[in-house]
Amino acid sequence: MLLTGATQLAGSGSAGALLADSGWNDVAVKLGNSVGAIAGFLGVLLVVFFAAGRATGRFGRPLAIGIFLGPALLLLLVGLVVPLVRTVFLSFYSDDSKRFLGGKNYSWALTTDSVHQVLLNTLLWLVVAPFLATGLGLLLALWVDRMRGQTVYKSLIFMPMAISLVGASIIWKFVYDARDSAQNQIGLLSQTVIWLGWKHPPNWILSHPLNNFLLMAVMIWVQTGFAMVVLSAAIKAIPDEVTEAARLDGAGGLRLFWYVTVPMIRTTLVVVLTTVMIVTLKAFDIVRTMTGGNFGTQVLANEMYSQSFVQFNVGRGSALAVILFLAVLPLVGYNIVQLRKERATR
Amino acid sequence: MSSQLMDRQPQPSEAPLPPAKAVRKAFSSPFSSLLVVVLTVLWTIPTLGLLVTSVRPKQDVADSGWWTFFTHPDATLANYHTVLFEGGFGVSGGLMPYLVNSLAISVPATVFPLVIAAMAAYALAWVPFRGSDTLFFLIFALQVVPLQMTLIPLLQLFSGGAHVGGATIVPALNLSGTYAPVWLAHTMFALPLATFLLHNFISQLPRDLMEAAVVDGASHFKIFRSIVLPLCTPALASFAIFQFLWVWNDLLVALTFAGGTPEVAPMTVRLAQLSGSFGGHWELLTAGAFLSMIVPLLVFFALQRYFVRGLLSGSVKG
Repeated sequence: MLLTGATQLAGSGSAGALLADSGWNDVAVKLGNSVGAIAGFLGVLLVVFFAAGRATGRFGRPLAIGIFLGPALLLLLVGLVVPLVRTVFLSFYSDDSKRFLGGKNYSWALTTDSVHQVLLNTLLWLVVAPFLATGLGLLLALWVDRMRGQTVYKSLIFMPMAISLVGASIIWKFVYDARDSAQNQIGLLSQTVIWLGWKHPPNWILSHPLNNFLLMAVMIWVQTGFAMVVLSAAIKAIPDEVTEAARLDGAGGLRLFWYVTVPMIRTTLVVVLTTVMIVTLKAFDIVRTMTGGNFGTQVLANEMYSQSFVQFNVGRGSALAVILFLAVLPLVGYNIVQLRKERATR
Repeated sequence: MSSQLMDRQPQPSEAPLPPAKAVRKAFSSPFSSLLVVVLTVLWTIPTLGLLVTSVRPKQDVADSGWWTFFTHPDATLANYHTVLFEGGFGVSGGLMPYLVNSLAISVPATVFPLVIAAMAAYALAWVPFRGSDTLFFLIFALQVVPLQMTLIPLLQLFSGGAHVGGATIVPALNLSGTYAPVWLAHTMFALPLATFLLHNFISQLPRDLMEAAVVDGASHFKIFRSIVLPLCTPALASFAIFQFLWVWNDLLVALTFAGGTPEVAPMTVRLAQLSGSFGGHWELLTAGAFLSMIVPLLVFFALQRYFVRGLLSGSVKG
C-alpha cells in the first residue's frame, strides 16, 4: 500500500520530501516483517523446546525425535518429494492437466524443430563451457601458485563467482554492445576489434551462431575461478614423495604434469568438470537476461521456464523439466558417489 | 570434496607448501607469469567497465566508451540517485524497494533452513532410531532433484492448495504479495545440502561430552541449545554465508514465487526485466547492477576464506 503511494509520488516527481518519508516507511515495514518472521520462528521453537524438555519417561525420546526431525521431513516432503512425483505425472498430461496424453509431450520435445535447436544449444553449452572453464582453471592453478602476490590474482579471478548471473550478464551485455559504425562505439568488444582493424563489426548479440559462444563466455568467466581454487587445493595436496620420486626418475616439465599431476588429481578434475556441467545445465539466468532466448540462443533450462510460466504449457514444461532432471541425474549421482567415497576413505 | 573442505582448518592463507612445488617449477616460466597477469586483467576489465560507466554523466555514457573516462574524468553519483529513488527507465519508482526486498528475502531464507537443518542433523547423528541411517541417506540423495522439477507443483500448491479426489488437504493459501512463498521455497530447497553438511560436522563432536551431558540429566533440547549450536559455529557460519549469497543472487526461485512487483521482487528479478526492456540506458543499468553486487562483493572480500569453503561444499546445490 505504502509502496504504490510512493511510486505514484515518484512518478509525479513533485513531492520529494513525502516520497522520502513513505519510502523509508516502506523499508521499515518490510525489514520489520522479515525480522518479525525470524523472531516468531525462533520464539515458537524456544517455547516448544521448553515445553517438550519437561516431558520425561517413555515419551521423551520419540517426542524429541519428532520435534527435531519433523519440520525438516515435512518441508522436504511437501517441497521436494511430492513435487518431484507430481511433475513426472504432469508431464504425461495435457496443459490443463485433465487429459492423459501418454508420451506426447516428450515426442513434442524430441521432434519439434524449435526444440531441436534448444537441445542442440544445450549440448553445445555442456561441451564447451565446462571444459574451457576447467582447462583454464587448471592452467591458472598450476601457474599462479608460484607467483608473487598470488592472493591478488586469485581473488580477482575468483571474484565473478560472488556476482549473480544476472549481474554478470549485464556486465557482459555491456561489453558486447554494438552500434552503427558511424557512431562512437561504447561496447568494449566492438571498439577492440575496430582498433585491431575490423571496420564494421557485426551486432554481436544478433549474430547466430556466434552469440551462443558469447553467452558461454559469461559462464566461463564465472566458473574459471571456481575451478582454479579447487584444483589449486588438490595440487597442493599431492604428497611430496610422489613428485620427488618422479623427478628422480627423470620426469620433468610436461611429462611430470601428464603422468604425475593429472593422474593424482584426476578425481578432483572430474568432480570440478561435472559440477560446472551441472551448473551449466541448470542455469537459465544468462540466456534470460542477455537475449531472452531469442536469436537462436535458447537453452533447455530457459525453454522450460518459458513453457511453464510464460506460455503456461504445464505439460510441456513438465516434460522439459523431466528431461533436464534425467540429464543432470548421472552427473550429480557421480559427484555424490565420489563424495561418499572420500568420506569413507578418511 | 565437501566434507574434506568443511573439516579443514582455514590454513594461514597460502603459506607455500613444499609438495607440489616441483610440478609448479617445471611449469614456471616468465611466459606463464605473463599469461596469468594478462588473464587477470582480462577477467577484471568487464567489471571495471561497469563500475566506471555507473559514475559517468548520462551524456558521456551515450556518446563515448567508458575507457575515455581516464582521459576525460568526469564523475557523478547522480546515476545512483536516479536509479535508487526516481526510476528513470521511463518507468516510475526506483530500485530502492527491490534492494530492500533482496535483504528481506535473504536473511530469513538463511536463518530458517540453518536452524531446521541443524535440528534434523542433530537427531540423525545423536538420537539414533530404527532407519535413521536410511533416512539420512534419503535426505542426502534429494540433492539430485533440480529446482526445475519442483517449481510447477509448488506454485500450484501455494496458489491453489492441494486436493485429492475433491477433498481439500491444504486450502488455497493467500500468500501472494508476501515474502512467505519465497522464504518457504528457499528453505525447502536448502535442506538436503544443509542437513548433509551439518550432519558431517555434528556427528564429529566428542562422544564423551555428549554422554556427560546426558548423565547430568540434560534433555536433548538442552544439549542442542547449549552444546551443539555453540560448538558448530564455524560450520553454521560457512553454510550461512553460502546460503545468503545463493539466495541474494538467485533469479529462478524469486521469479517464480515472488513475481515482478515492487512489493516482493528482489533486485535480480528487476534487473533482468530492465536489462530486457531498457537496455539503452547504460548509465542506469550499470548503476543498478553495481548496487546489486555491493553486498555479495563485500561478503566476498571480507569473509573470503569462509566463502570459499561454503561455496565448495555447496557446489552441487541448485
